[in-house]
Order: sequence, then C-alpha cells, then structure tokens
Amino acid sequence: MSVNKQKTAVNAAELIRNNSVPIMFIIICAVCIPLAGFSPSYLFNEIITRIGRNTFLILSLLIPVMAGMGLNFGMTLGAMAGEIGLILVCDWQIVGIPAMILAVIISLPIAVGLGLFCGRILNMARGREMITSYIMSFFINGIYQLVVLYMMGSIIPIKHSNIKLPRGYGIRNTVSLLRMRQKLDKLIPLKLFGADIPVMTFIIIAILCFFIIWFRKTKLGQDMRAVGQDMEVAKDSGINVERTRIISIVISTILADIGMVIYLQNMGNIATYSSHSQIGMFCIAALLVGGASVDRASIGNVFLGVTLFHMMFIVAPAAGARITGDSMIGEYFRVFVSYAVITIALVMYETKKRRARSRVGEQLKLEQGTGEEAA
Amino acid sequence: MEKGKAPLLELKNIKKDFFGNQVLMDINLTVNEGEVIGLAGENGAGKSTLMKIVFGADVIRETGGYGGDIILDGEKVAFETPFDAINAGIGMVHQEFSLIPGFSSTENIFLNREPKRKNVIAEVFGERLCTLDRSEMHVRAEEAIGRLGIHIDADMLIKDMPVGHKQFTEIARELSKENMKLLILDEPTAVLTEKEAEILLNSIRGMAERGIAVIFITHRLQEILNVCDRVVVMRDGYLIEDVKAAETSEADITRAMVGRNVDKVEGRSVKELDPGEGKTILSVKRLWVDMPGETVRDVSFDVKEGEILGIGGLAGQGKLGIPNGIMGLYEAGGTVIFDGQEIPLNAPRKCLDASLAFVSEDRRGVGLLLDESLGWNIAFPAMQIKDRFLKPYLGGLIKWRDEKAIEEVTQKYIKELAIRCTGTRQKAKELSGGNQQKVCLAKAFALEPRLLFVSEPTRGIDVGAKALVLEALKRFNRESGTTVVMISSELEELRATCDRIAIVSGGKVAEIISADASSEVFGTLMVSLVR
Repeated sequence: MSVNKQKTAVNAAELIRNNSVPIMFIIICAVCIPLAGFSPSYLFNEIITRIGRNTFLILSLLIPVMAGMGLNFGMTLGAMAGEIGLILVCDWQIVGIPAMILAVIISLPIAVGLGLFCGRILNMARGREMITSYIMSFFINGIYQLVVLYMMGSIIPIKHSNIKLPRGYGIRNTVSLLRMRQKLDKLIPLKLFGADIPVMTFIIIAILCFFIIWFRKTKLGQDMRAVGQDMEVAKDSGINVERTRIISIVISTILADIGMVIYLQNMGNIATYSSHSQIGMFCIAALLVGGASVDRASIGNVFLGVTLFHMMFIVAPAAGARITGDSMIGEYFRVFVSYAVITIALVMYETKKRRARSRVGEQLKLEQGTGEEAA
Repeated sequence: MEKGKAPLLELKNIKKDFFGNQVLMDINLTVNEGEVIGLAGENGAGKSTLMKIVFGADVIRETGGYGGDIILDGEKVAFETPFDAINAGIGMVHQEFSLIPGFSSTENIFLNREPKRKNVIAEVFGERLCTLDRSEMHVRAEEAIGRLGIHIDADMLIKDMPVGHKQFTEIARELSKENMKLLILDEPTAVLTEKEAEILLNSIRGMAERGIAVIFITHRLQEILNVCDRVVVMRDGYLIEDVKAAETSEADITRAMVGRNVDKVEGRSVKELDPGEGKTILSVKRLWVDMPGETVRDVSFDVKEGEILGIGGLAGQGKLGIPNGIMGLYEAGGTVIFDGQEIPLNAPRKCLDASLAFVSEDRRGVGLLLDESLGWNIAFPAMQIKDRFLKPYLGGLIKWRDEKAIEEVTQKYIKELAIRCTGTRQKAKELSGGNQQKVCLAKAFALEPRLLFVSEPTRGIDVGAKALVLEALKRFNRESGTTVVMISSELEELRATCDRIAIVSGGKVAEIISADASSEVFGTLMVSLVR
C-alpha cells in the first residue's frame, strides 16, 4: 500500500517536472488575469483571434521535430516567401480570397527552393540544427532585403506607388492588405459569446491537423520518426536519411508559407522588414510553453501553447501597467519571457538527458548492493 | 556433408589486410543448408572481419576490399553493400543493437519493410505516402516472434524492454525476412540470462531444421558444443580448426583459441613477487563504472608498489572501464585508496594531483592535442599538473613557458623512445599510430607519476613499434620504480610484460594469477563470467 502511495507520489513529481513550463505559465496567467481586469468576453475574443492567426504557423514546426531536426527556424524562410507573394498580389490589385490563393501559388516555388537549400545545409550540421537554422534565417533575411529593398521596382516591376518607396524602387515599411484583411476569417460569419469566430481559418487549421495525423501514419512519416530517433539505425535499414530530412524541412517551409499568408490576412498589413524576423522566435516559444521539447512535440502542445502564450501576451502588459503605471513594462516582459522560455526549455532538455545517463550508474550501484546481500 | 548437393556458402582463400596489416589469411570455409556453425576465437582473431566480408559491410570496401571468392548457392558473389547481402538472403545480428529506441518491437521488426496500404495521394506523390498497414504488421511480427518460441509484447517500446528482449527483437527481424538462408549471429547470448540463452539456442536449432544455416559467434564455448554441428576456431587471422562438434571438447577449443607456443613464452623473471610481499600502493574496492560497452561491476583488487599488473579479458567485458573509471573519465562509484589516501572518483584532476597518470586507449580523442607540436604535447600535462617547464616572473605572479626545458625534455624522449618525426615542432596528427602512441607514453612519463595506467598500448600499431613500446614501459617501471597497470586485449603481450595478470570477465575480476600460468587457465578465466 505504502509502496503504491510512494509510486503515485513519484509519478506526480515526475508529471510536474515534465510539465513545469506549462504549469509555470498557467500560474503566471492566473495571477495576471485578475490584475489586468479585462472582461471575460474581451479575453475570449482576443484569444480566439490569436489562435486563428498563429496556430497554422506553429503547426509548421511539428514535422521537423518529428524528423529529429529540433525546433527549426527553417520556417522563417517559408514566412519570407509568403510575404513576397503577398507584396506581389497586392501590387497586382487582386483582392480577397483569390489574392491569398494566388499569393500562396506564387510563393510556393520560393518556399520549396529555400526549404531544399535549408535542408541541405542542415544535413551538414547534424546535431546543431537549431542554431544553424537560426543563423541561416539571418542570412536569408539579407537576401530578402536585397530583393524587396532594391530589386522590387527596379528589376521586378512594381506599379503602384502606394507600396513603393518615394525614391522609385524598394517597398515601403508597411504594405496595407486592407482589401484582403480578415477575408478568410470572416468568410463564414459566426458570432459566439460576443466574439467573431474565424470559422474558415479554424476549418483550415483542422484540415492541417488531420493532415499531420495522417502523415504520421504514412511510410514517410514512419521513416521520419525513425530518422529522428536514430540516424545510424535508420540508415542501416536502407532509409535515405538525408533525403528524408530535406523533405521534412521542405514541408515545414511550405506550411510556414501558407501560415504566414493566413497570419497577415488577419493582421491586415505587412511590416515588410520585420514581420518575419520575430515570427520564428514567437512560434517556437509558444510551442515550448505548450510543453513540447526539442525531440517531442504534439498537436496538443501547439494548442495549449498558443492559448497560454497569447493569454500572457494579452494580460501581461495590462497587468504590468496596473502595477507599475508603465505599460512598457509589459511589452518588455513579453519579449523577455519568450527568450527565457526557450532557454529554460533547452536547459531542461539537457538536464533530462543527463539524468537519464546517471540513472544507469544508480542501477549499477543498486545491482551491486543486492549482490552483497546475497553473498 | 551431404554428397551431390552444393554447399550454401563457400569461402575460398579469403584474405584481408587493413593497410598492410594482415588480419585474415587464406580462410576456407563451407556452410551447408541447415547447418549450425560455431565460430570461436580470441579478440582480434578475425572472426568479426570475416563475417563483415560475408555481409558486405561498408568498412571492408572502404579499406580496399578483400581477396578470395565468396560462392553463394554455386554462384560467385561480391556484395557492394549490406543491402545486397540482405537481398541475397543473408542476415546478420550485430553485437550492438541496431534498433530504434522509441519504436515498438513490431515497428523495429519491419523497419523500412513495412507492409503498406495504397491511397490516392500515394498514386500522385509516390510510394512513401502510402499508409502503414498496422494490423498486418502486428500479425506478421507476432508470427516472427512466435517462431523464436518466446513471448515478447510486440507493442512494447524497445527502450522499456530488458536487454534480452531487444536481442530477440533483432533476431525476429531477421527471421521475418522471407528469403532468409544464412543467419550470422555475433555473440547473441552475451546479453541474455541463462534461461533466455537456452530459448535462443533452441530456436537456433529450429531455424536449422527449417533449412536456414546459422553461423554463431560466442565466447561461451559450452553453447557451441550444445547447439552447433561444426566448430570453427580462428586465431591471428588463420583458420586453426574445423571439426565436428561431437568430436571436440571445451578444453580442445580453448587450446586452439589461445594456442601458439604459449608455454614457451618467457615470463618476466626480473623479480618474482609473492602476493604477500611488497607494499600495497593502490587498493580498489567495490568499483563500478558506467562506461558504455565496458561496464564494470563490483571490482576489487590491490596493486603492489613497483609491480606491473596486467588486466586482460575479452572485448566488452569491462577491462577498459577500470582505468577510465578510476581516472574519472566515466561515471564511477566505490572506493579507491592510493598510498593510504582515498582518491575521490569522477574528478580527473584529483587523480592526477595524487600522482596517478593514464595513457588512454583513445589516443586521438583523449591522448593527444592533435594540432599542437610534439613538445607541447609532451610538456602540457606536466605544466598543468606539476608546474614544470614554467619560469616564474614577478615572484610567481606570472609564469611563462620555459621553451628551452621543453625542447630538452622532448629531445630526450624522442631519442629514448625512438619517435620518428621531423623535429620537436612537428604536429602530433602528422605522426603514424605507433609514434603517436610513443608520444602518449612520453607525456605520461614526463609527469613522473607514481602509478601509471596504460590502456591498450599496442592497439593498432605495427610489430616493431609494439616491442619498443612494451620495452619502454618495462624500462620505465624498472628505472624509476613506477608501478604500472597495463590493460590489454592481447594476452601474450601481458604475459611477456607483467608480473601478475587480472582477468576481467562479465565486468568482474575473475581472478588474479601469475603471468606464467598456462594459457588454458587464462582462456577458461576469460570466459568464466561472461554475461
């Protein structure tokens, strides 16, 4: 009986330790919500909007995690491709849903190309995928700026002066997407508890979730899981490890491309030079807040993460303003927290690995102990 | 051998050298359908290399291929990769598990051979988007496991399984292949309990009855006698014996394994040490070490001042774990008392401060600063640990390297150990293996330790260098009175160098005996506790 009790106690401790990040965020939100003093319907509305806006992007992180490539900033490249597509359709004066579809079609080849490139590079940097992809996102950002700031308007024809810089080439800091703003979200209008529900966006997210679930059951999904756990064994069994890893990155950049278009249609404008730069960081932080780790992430982690992380985003500035009288403190807090979450999650991943290693030693010690009793 | 029927596999004059180092000489071997062959031999006898050739392992091709012919089913074959061998019906279960830890037994059995269900998307994007046919997989996995005559939960994850079940999963994977003709098992029973081993041996007989030939490598000789039709013994790259199991005995096999003209080997008659004589300088009690592949369990032994103690045993039995654990390179527990003082474990610096030194078996990884000059390599540990080769300035506030002293000592060791190099400034990575080993020794000598661990000092170096290295060790022991503990897989080398030899088996010290005991005694001890 007491052994059982002990076991449940150990299990509970283990459960808390394994989920310490989400638990920490639940506590933060629980403290901040009453302090912020928002009405429940406002909070509900905000959360629903943000779930619709971000979930697709975060889901694009899942497949590289499955293939053992960690939390991968390769998605930032897909996001840049999506922005280029949107800028072009915006200049061509196409509106609404067709504009979004066209933007995806235009940017898809770019996303695939960048994914192939990124996958190749990451194959050379095995075990250091996260930092390599992070640095690579800076590099590609440079090329993106070259294209958008110098080539658009000079080499790539841009007609309309409202998105062009006054000097005649280059794109303005902000491109308005007024004519496709929330067109997808409001395609099927529904109001629930005073909040607009982006039904169509949710349907697309659901389709993606089903796709990921289905994908896990395919041969390719199985191969990715095998590669993710042990590249050597996978290679010995005849799986083409490098190709499989590249495919996982390409899928991720494609999904991020589509995700970015959905994200920006909700926002209603593109911050041309900064929209993509923080998206990777925030998506990874949200996923980690949902309890994912470097080698394990599920759809459940995505939804829990996006809810908790954005809940904190909404309530922390208000709570900060209430306490200190300065709303900047909340803004500071949310940037600080997203970096802190990533650091904590990475450190915890390492300590967990260490602990597993020292457990083998404990086992040996234990065996030896029983040996003595027997003798 | 049945007449009129061609053998399943025929090896003719197989030769193999690794960069001029001959490891296999004219091996001739035939395997018939449904025959179980036991392959025995010491480490380095060439068993694994021979099996790798048959299995088409990449390492063989990368090191220049092999000589001789392999004839399978009457046809000459030359496998480019293991996949060719698998397609031809050869399966191999390696010593190290080749399993995905987070997959179930079923998933591992069918890794990359999963039965698939077609769907529309797969028609467009290709085969890999077919979904897996889980129920079919389950049924066929159960069947393959059933053939082994044991019960394993086919849905249990590999990482939650006891070792024995992992081994069975691997064998089941081979058995689930339809065209299996020849199965090579490399020490499959090493990780099994006695009862599990028995089940495995039974299933090997079962396989043979279904016409599958099995080549079975093991260090447990009794198993060979129980289950095999024929016994093949290899030694030093030669095939020594090929007899029917019924016509041989454990003692015969042991003799053939260690063989040689061993009893003529000159022991070290420099000084005869009685076990009771001499002061105990190092006392190890209840040591455990978690070194992957070389686990040490509950080891206790004493080292006398001024002696050379050998530690021998088969690969993977834990002999390498002992020095690595004591010196703090792998996690360890227990007590180590050196010269009356307890040495804390898991703290390399404390060991070095106590005047212990270690020449690691991992020369390139642990032993050398590959990109630095010889001089630096030799002087570096002494500078760090003993403050030697340093000139103090400003009353010891700043210490500079004493280049002259470094040059001197390096020259001295280059001469003493006959290190072949262009000068003291040559980089360590440019030297050959044997000369690198000499630098490692010089490094340890420069520390002037009171006790020196030397791990596999002759691994991968040629005969001439071997003799020199061993001679240098003996001289160092004699002249400066340093106690030496030498770990080696080569029994002959230990017998020629050491006063006493501890044989490690199954992670434990089987016994410590005098170096001039007969080779059969050593052979028996080596396999006595194998687990």
